[in-house]
Amino acid sequence: MNLFCVGLSHHTANVETRERFAGHTEPDCILRSAGCAEALLLRTCNRVEVYGASARRVSTDEIARCLMHEAGSVSAITDRPHSEAPPFYRYEGGKCVQHLFRVASGLDSMVVGETEILGQTKKAYERARASGAAGPYLHRLFQRAFRVAKQVRTHTEITRGSVSVGSVAVDLAHRIFGQLSNCKVLVLGAGETSERTARALVSRGASDLRVSNRSSDRAHDLAQLVGGRAIPFEEWPEQCREIDILITSTSSETPLLTLANLEPMLRDRIDRPLFIIDIAVPRDVDPEVNELDGVYLYDIDSLQSVAEQSLALRRQQIAAAETIIAEHVADFVDSISRGLHRASKTSEHPSVGEAPLRTSEL
Amino acid sequence: MDRALLIISTICFLAAVVHTVVELRAGVFRPVRFNFFAVGLGFIFQTAFLSMRGHALGRCPITNLFEVFIFLAWSVAAIYMLVGPGYRLSLMGAFTAPLVVVLQVFALIAPIDIRHPVKLPANPWLEFHASISLVAYGAFALACIAGVMYLVQERQLKTHQLHSIFYHLPPLSDLFAAITRLLWWGFVLYTLGIVSGFFTGHPLPRLQVVAAIAVWLLYAAILQGQHLRRLAPKRVAALCIVGFSAALTLLWGITFTAQMPSLP
Repeated sequence: MNLFCVGLSHHTANVETRERFAGHTEPDCILRSAGCAEALLLRTCNRVEVYGASARRVSTDEIARCLMHEAGSVSAITDRPHSEAPPFYRYEGGKCVQHLFRVASGLDSMVVGETEILGQTKKAYERARASGAAGPYLHRLFQRAFRVAKQVRTHTEITRGSVSVGSVAVDLAHRIFGQLSNCKVLVLGAGETSERTARALVSRGASDLRVSNRSSDRAHDLAQLVGGRAIPFEEWPEQCREIDILITSTSSETPLLTLANLEPMLRDRIDRPLFIIDIAVPRDVDPEVNELDGVYLYDIDSLQSVAEQSLALRRQQIAAAETIIAEHVADFVDSISRGLHRASKTSEHPSVGEAPLRTSEL
Repeated sequence: MDRALLIISTICFLAAVVHTVVELRAGVFRPVRFNFFAVGLGFIFQTAFLSMRGHALGRCPITNLFEVFIFLAWSVAAIYMLVGPGYRLSLMGAFTAPLVVVLQVFALIAPIDIRHPVKLPANPWLEFHASISLVAYGAFALACIAGVMYLVQERQLKTHQLHSIFYHLPPLSDLFAAITRLLWWGFVLYTLGIVSGFFTGHPLPRLQVVAAIAVWLLYAAILQGQHLRRLAPKRVAALCIVGFSAALTLLWGITFTAQMPSLP
């Protein structure tokens, strides 16, 4: 029995190519058409992969044909000159095991360490299991992959920190205030980014939101959307005495908040920090404001910089994660070569009676 | 035998320090289990040491500078065991362990374990005064450690340079709440220590009393400034470090001027 993976991902194909293969193919279709003993289809926005177990070699073209959901596209594969062939990769045996472990652990993701892929992999496995397309080989392979992903997440910092501007802002708010349920938030300027950030704060527990905008209609609309209340634009400076978090993204050409006008407002609230998220370009808040005690000012560049630092921190962890994965790959290959038959007696999938995987096949 | 217990205890705390340094360098710092376990084990051996010394002396084992340092280290560890898990300040163990190691290594190396030639009679008020004051110092030490943690995090937030350790620090607001509580605990215990000092039946050296009251006033001023919102949290954190340095200097002065060895 040969374990293999055929697929394409953001590493090898652009979105245009990927979407051509992102149809509604089911794993059992691959079983029927390509003649695999077991098959599992993992499809996300960044990858389309087929994991299979088969006694005979199933060609990459056969898999590709199954993945194409438009008849015209199928002919496109065969008619295409070699240089334009879809950029499928193929891993077999141990390489396939290693690839799946890397994918499930988020090492192969566009954003290294993202955890969504694990959920997507679990769903793909569940679908294949429910349809009967995944048998004892893929069952063991994927159960081990989930275990490896969990271990990588627990024993490395691969998932540490936020890597998008919105999530960095919310994460920093959490680092400053702890629980956000008692935080008062003022959204100044009702733009799309403000709305996204405000929504993210609400999702993390913030409940007291105030929205102020030059256009009061837009302020009311956004306030309604995020469950806050609208504040007349001329009253926003007074709010700075009360609020904990300020999200600002107006189209003002000059800074709205400067050292001179913020300092007097902070005198009454010296014991409470003020977190300012300035996502406006040009900036709404004078950078000097960050020098005030208890004021933490983050503009779009600094948020981006924190996101990059988190990503760099995650990248540093790749070596540690690879070590964990390598150990598991070796162990998995060894255990499966010792015989699936014996191990499968305790698994939820009964043995299908095949001979154990030969080491040479892995 | 009792020194062996202390050496084992020091090794436990040292293990927590080494573990922290290694993990921080590798960027995979996970303080929760190992640090708490190591500090907990170190605390058990410290307690065993103090218990053996106490039985041998027939009184609270704070009769010389060596014992004072160990008792102080024990107070720091004890308050960490009480405060750390309660306030989810697991990283505090990583900051506490080095302080305890410094105190114990110094106590073990320096020739300060001088036994009193005659067995000192028990004096409950004096023992209460000295022990409660040392526990207060323990609370001030923890407030100082929390202050360091606050300043580290504050600095990283201000400069937008977030290192691996940042993600293991408690939120600034929680940390400040812990600092405030530790300061109050320390202040109340220290006040009890000073007041009980007047009931020992022995005249207290004027310089010692003045210095103790100066430290008390410093902490009173920090708490008052914080309570009346005249001091920003960052300044309170910085003053916790200053306050503990002053308190430690006073403690050194009191014991080094051979007050403790000549206690009745």
